[in-house]
Amino acid sequence: MKYTEEHEWLSVEGDIVTVGITAHAAEQLGDVVFVELPEVGGEVAKDDEIVVIESVKAASDILAPLDGEVVEVNEAIVDEPSKVNDDPEGEAWFFKLKVSDMSPMDDYMDEAKYKDFIG
Amino acid sequence: MSDLKTTPLVELHQSLGAKMVPFAGYLMPVQYPMGIMKEHLHTRSKAGLFDVSHMGQVILRGKSYAAVARAFERLVPMDVMDLPEGRQRYGLFTNGAGGIEDDLMFTNRGDHLFVVVNAACKEADIARMSAALEPEISVEPITDRALIALQGPAAEAALQSLVPGVAEMRFMDVASFDHNGAELWISRSGYTGEDGFEISVPEGAAEGLARALLAHPDVEPIGLGARDSLRLEGGLCLYGHDIDAKTRPLEAALGWAIQKTRRPGGERAGGFPGAEAVFADLNGAAPRKRVGLRPEGRAPMREGVALYAESEGGAPIGQITSGGFGPSVEGPVAMGYVAADYAATDTQIYGELRGKRVPVTVAKLPFVAANFKR
Repeated sequence: MKYTEEHEWLSVEGDIVTVGITAHAAEQLGDVVFVELPEVGGEVAKDDEIVVIESVKAASDILAPLDGEVVEVNEAIVDEPSKVNDDPEGEAWFFKLKVSDMSPMDDYMDEAKYKDFIG
Repeated sequence: MSDLKTTPLVELHQSLGAKMVPFAGYLMPVQYPMGIMKEHLHTRSKAGLFDVSHMGQVILRGKSYAAVARAFERLVPMDVMDLPEGRQRYGLFTNGAGGIEDDLMFTNRGDHLFVVVNAACKEADIARMSAALEPEISVEPITDRALIALQGPAAEAALQSLVPGVAEMRFMDVASFDHNGAELWISRSGYTGEDGFEISVPEGAAEGLARALLAHPDVEPIGLGARDSLRLEGGLCLYGHDIDAKTRPLEAALGWAIQKTRRPGGERAGGFPGAEAVFADLNGAAPRKRVGLRPEGRAPMREGVALYAESEGGAPIGQITSGGFGPSVEGPVAMGYVAADYAATDTQIYGELRGKRVPVTVAKLPFVAANFKR
């Protein structure tokens, strides 16, 4: 598992990267009330804002962590945004990217570094 | 955060695990571990306790209540003189252009007038009252009292168990009560759309009273986050957002707060700052109006979102001034200003959200039925 400074977690299986937000991010956001996900089949570039997430407090974005193609999105969190608070690092993943160049993954934090990062 | 003021309940908030944020110069609880959504719903179903000690409490004294009321009417377009003893009323300070300088609650306390104003405006309000009313009237800021709101359908039973007699009060009644030797000034009013009370308590007795109320199984502490979503669903204005110095009362749909006696033809018509500009808006002449808004779908529309008449093109016809997710409505709710032509209930307009025009319907306020004990 890798982590971004935007508080995303990235889980790699073959050429597929599953992306969600960390428990720390979910806690900071507060009750999530709205999620807008990218379209399946779309090509995204690293740092594109591809998810909108709104909590009772504020709106924020999730960035594409890598270049790739969106191959699956988690409609369950669109129907029930509170899942993001209930199980952010499990059931409430956001989208899966098919990635050809995994090299940017090396720049992301491992769990120990992320824990330091959030203090 | 070192320059921030604290209320007499700051230690209580911290011991309850509140997330503290700066608000109007004070360190205030924005939420407790329960979270904004559950705090909101708890207040609507049981009772919530809010620390609103940052608000300004001011006593105005003169020769008699009538003398104070007559003088105070120079600052507000409200009927202050005919307010019965022990009754509270909503009011507005206006400026020379008819704009709203602050909104407030005022009470006839028999021999004096008791005023509660917004935290962010209190210095300016005290200066305004002092400049306009002294020396005839004394303006005394009350700085040694906390203010606690207890709101929700279970508020009456919870408070009655500690302060017998409050159950007999009606909406907008105000009275003094003794609680373990501390004099409480209690009003049956609030800022949530629910039945409830606001309790002015000597600072030394505040934490004890708050803890005693929180010991009641139906009472939970509620932060500013839920206070905002509760008042938004209740259709109540937040000063500095839904109303400000450039907003006139009729535009803000607050004409109901200007009693007949202060209107043209009334016994004491005018005589407050900006009367001419305020009266020019009467009879539907205001160019824009504050309305309730229900965005389609689930995405909240927040303050600053531009409103349009059509799904594409054209200039904005208005703007959202407060908006978010309404936990009781279970969807996005907002308030904002639209040009008068678009202010009728059920008018369909559009809000621009991240470059896309999303349908929005003009809706009646409040979004949830008020549960006042009239």
